[in-house]
Amino acid sequence: MAKELLNRKDIERIISRIAHEIIEKNKGPEGICLVGIQRGGVHLAARIAEKIKTIESASVPVGSLDISLYRDDLSLRKDHPVVRKTDIPFDISGKKVVLIDDVLFTGRSIRAAMDALMDYGRPAVIQLAVLIDRGHRELPIRADYVGKNIPTAKKEKIDVQLQEDGFEDNVQLIKAKE
Amino acid sequence: MTRKHLITMRDLGKADIHQILDTAASFKDVLKRDIKKVPALRGKTVVNLFYEPSTRTRTSFEIAEKRLSTDVVNFAVASSSVTKGESLFDTIKNIEAYGVDFVVVRHSSTGVPNFIAEHMDVSVINAGDGINEHPTQALLDALTIREHKGSFEGLEVAIVGDIIHSRVARSNMIGLQTLGAKVRYIGPPTLLPPQAPPGVKMYYSIEEGLKGVDVIIMLRIQMERMNKSFFPTTADYFCHWGLTKDRLAMAKKDAIVMHPGPMNRGIEIASDVADGPQNVILQQVTNGLAVRMSVLYHLSGGEHHA
Repeated sequence: MAKELLNRKDIERIISRIAHEIIEKNKGPEGICLVGIQRGGVHLAARIAEKIKTIESASVPVGSLDISLYRDDLSLRKDHPVVRKTDIPFDISGKKVVLIDDVLFTGRSIRAAMDALMDYGRPAVIQLAVLIDRGHRELPIRADYVGKNIPTAKKEKIDVQLQEDGFEDNVQLIKAKE
Repeated sequence: MTRKHLITMRDLGKADIHQILDTAASFKDVLKRDIKKVPALRGKTVVNLFYEPSTRTRTSFEIAEKRLSTDVVNFAVASSSVTKGESLFDTIKNIEAYGVDFVVVRHSSTGVPNFIAEHMDVSVINAGDGINEHPTQALLDALTIREHKGSFEGLEVAIVGDIIHSRVARSNMIGLQTLGAKVRYIGPPTLLPPQAPPGVKMYYSIEEGLKGVDVIIMLRIQMERMNKSFFPTTADYFCHWGLTKDRLAMAKKDAIVMHPGPMNRGIEIASDVADGPQNVILQQVTNGLAVRMSVLYHLSGGEHHA
């Protein structure tokens, strides 16, 4: 059973708000770069960058990060996922890096993402923006920018579909089967 | 891909091969970073068990293993010292007792990787077994071809030279056919199989065989595997089957020239071709690292012990 949490318009408003919050918190777009976590975060990062451009007429660099090689559950997984592109075509040392992901859950992906980032340089700060925070953290990690807090049961699933992947933008909560 | 061993290209379907190549393409980016090491296989141990002399394959595996944060042990055995089944069995049982996760094995006899996989609870990667197979070479060649040609469907690939002694030829033939390419063998009758494998066209004339091909894979003339005379002299071989500029001109204009190395310049390939604009030989070396990282990574999933 699925329940719609966010529609296209909701997502658009969230992107717009987060873009504003990022600029506000960092007192302007200078020194900011966005790094989206594969896969959903990459599309969101591009959209936020686009929004910042219209608000501030400044373009911030955007990169993508694959965290497969830094996961802490690799030795537990039967099937290793294909390693997708990490493309950070700029130096992150001394920069304000905003990590962007679609769903924040246990926090383990973010831990892996921070480890991966450190292999590319030493950012001045790392901040975190997520579309959905569904709770159930297993590590002491919190997001700086949250699209929507959704209380979930651990067995439920959050499905984020974006038009870049050929869907109508929407976020659904998939109920656990009894 | 939920597989434990890589022993023959026959085990890999089209989707498996592309999955390995996709991940390898990402590893190429890792190899360009300042910090070239990733923690993916931290805590795993690899033994490189080489019963045949090898510098480049062993070095390539060793660097790939280290880039993935594994602990690496090189177990080099002089080629002559162990040829009996029993001592091989004892060796691998000893290595098993160390509690390792991977064995990368090269041996002069066909089937040794299978034997190890049957008797040892580890992931086995075949780094060349006799004249049988060398799957990681076929995968790195496939990556190189894909980078230049985009896809494999309908590609004409010529494999030239010492086919019968070549595990590179066999693994490439199997892999390329799986991927949808067409394979030709070119060489003297003494170095070609008596019958063409299914789907393979054979040519005794290099001029004839190279006509219209997209990819040329040159093979090394393997003196160490030849215990009788297969051709009069190396100069004679070059004269009839060496890849020269004139012969290369028979292939498509954008054909690429590959060689698994080490090259015998002036025997199977002319120097000006080996260094010419169509050669992708050093790219093969870089791709070898990335492909071997990818294979280790995809074979290392947990809990699939048969």
